[in-house]
Amino acid sequence: MPAVIEVRHLHKSYGATVAVDDVSFTVEQGEIFGILGPNGAGKTTTVECVVGLRDPDRGEIRVLGLDPRRDRAEVTQRLGVQLQDGQLPDRMKVGEALRLYGSFYRKPADPEVLMDVLGLAGRRGTPYAKLSGGQKQRLSIALALIGSPEVAVLDELTTGLDPQARRDTWDLIQDIRSRGVTILLVTHFMEEAERLCDRVAVIDRGRVVAVDSPTALTERVQDGQRIRFRPSVPFEDALLTGLPEVTGLTRQGDLVVVTGTGNTLHAITSVLARNDIVAEHLRVDRPSLEDAFVALTGDRAATATGAAGAAVGANQPTSRRSTPCHPPPRPGPYHRPSPADPCWDGSRSPN
Amino acid sequence: MLGRLALAELTLFVREKAGPVLAVWMPMMLLVVFGNIPFYNRPRQNLGGSTLLDLYVPILAAFVLATVSFNVVPQVLAGYREKGVLRRLRTTPVGPARVLAAQLLVNLATAAVSVIALLVVARLAFGVWMPRRLGGYVLALVLAALALTAIGLFVAAASPNGRIASAVGATLFYVMMFFAGLFLPIAAMPALLRHVCRATPLGAAVQALTDATEGHGPHPLQLVTLACYAVVFGVAAVRLFRWE
Repeated sequence: MPAVIEVRHLHKSYGATVAVDDVSFTVEQGEIFGILGPNGAGKTTTVECVVGLRDPDRGEIRVLGLDPRRDRAEVTQRLGVQLQDGQLPDRMKVGEALRLYGSFYRKPADPEVLMDVLGLAGRRGTPYAKLSGGQKQRLSIALALIGSPEVAVLDELTTGLDPQARRDTWDLIQDIRSRGVTILLVTHFMEEAERLCDRVAVIDRGRVVAVDSPTALTERVQDGQRIRFRPSVPFEDALLTGLPEVTGLTRQGDLVVVTGTGNTLHAITSVLARNDIVAEHLRVDRPSLEDAFVALTGDRAATATGAAGAAVGANQPTSRRSTPCHPPPRPGPYHRPSPADPCWDGSRSPN
Repeated sequence: MLGRLALAELTLFVREKAGPVLAVWMPMMLLVVFGNIPFYNRPRQNLGGSTLLDLYVPILAAFVLATVSFNVVPQVLAGYREKGVLRRLRTTPVGPARVLAAQLLVNLATAAVSVIALLVVARLAFGVWMPRRLGGYVLALVLAALALTAIGLFVAAASPNGRIASAVGATLFYVMMFFAGLFLPIAAMPALLRHVCRATPLGAAVQALTDATEGHGPHPLQLVTLACYAVVFGVAAVRLFRWE
């Protein structure tokens, strides 16, 4: 099957500022393809070129085999777009907006069905200005889908939504995909990319640094685990660092953090048990897409995104061995290892 | 598609309230006020037996078009651009021509309602004659709407933001209304000024409407003048149109 979106060697500058240096990727029929990158990486410019809002300086873009600038009329019919800052007139009502936008397309979707699906049915008569942020966002998604598009481009879909609304929106996106709509999703939320995307292009400084599934990206960067615990009695580092599975050990106050590969957990708990040491508050973390992301995009990314607490040690090298440790981060069930934390070895880059 | 868009714009125009107040109630109030002043209701020898009110009705009709074109259209469009409404529309199959045409249709619809109301009230309450050449009157009105809307759209396209668009629009409105004879009837102006007036879009519109009211066909010169303004500013507005 031919690719739905094809971008080859896209380049776009604004004056002396290079927004997109060299970006290429291909989106296949029926997938949810993510564009992930720190703020200022060139995500929005890339997407604006894809939907035909901007003229690329160089490179080639095909959407459904068409040129988004030259075949404007046809592309707009088949491509639904949700923009970061597109708005509606304040006094336009939800139902009116959907009927109006529906009238632009050859085969509009039923506004009633969309309002139901997006939880806007009770808001049909509400003027745009009176909608909450989440409702505006959902209306914006509805407008992107009102033309029964074959492809939907969604830019920063859940920015500004509360966690519940965000989860509802994710369910909705999966639902839309199951109806055969190909989705290009721009995000800087790791969790969103991890949950939704079949494949992700990681963009940094105007270039694609990796394209793969979230799982593969994670594995590519880091196939290990990190185990944290508080020992009931002190012990020498050598007790654990001598184990073949263990690749590193650091201490954060009275917490011990061990990184390793394979069945590290079994190996260290056995040793500790033999030495009558109890591992209290034991927690095992697997690396996440965020670790992969930061490793791929470097330290700048952590500063730029500010997402998920990654900004903490942003200017620190990510190598665990060479840096003094911060005080331990607030322990909690949702804490994820972050390479911005200098105690976490996320430094093995794929290249 | 265009019908829907124009209808949506018209709905918003009515909901916004300022537009209808300026374009419908304002001229009507002026008519009622002038109509009740005996000074305006005396037939005058120097006006060929017409009253001043007879001369003011075409000016008020032009007032309706001018206020929508200069006081509403530029703000609406520049506001849409600032708020990202146009950016949103740009990703749809609508295209700039329809967005601009919708504004023209709003202007025409408002003019139709407001001018008919003015003519009916002027006839019934103050005995002002209906236009004797209805075809010529409608033609002049439509051409004037095209010319003035085109200028309003040009102002919207050329202004960097909504505040400047409003300021330029309001200034144009008063200058144009002077040339239309709102403050001093064209017929009472010195000859040179009369010629200048007829070269401005609103002066040409008032002259054509007055001619049609009095039963002469509108002079081709004024119709051509209006058509030229419509074409020149229409093309410029489409050329300069910016989505964001």
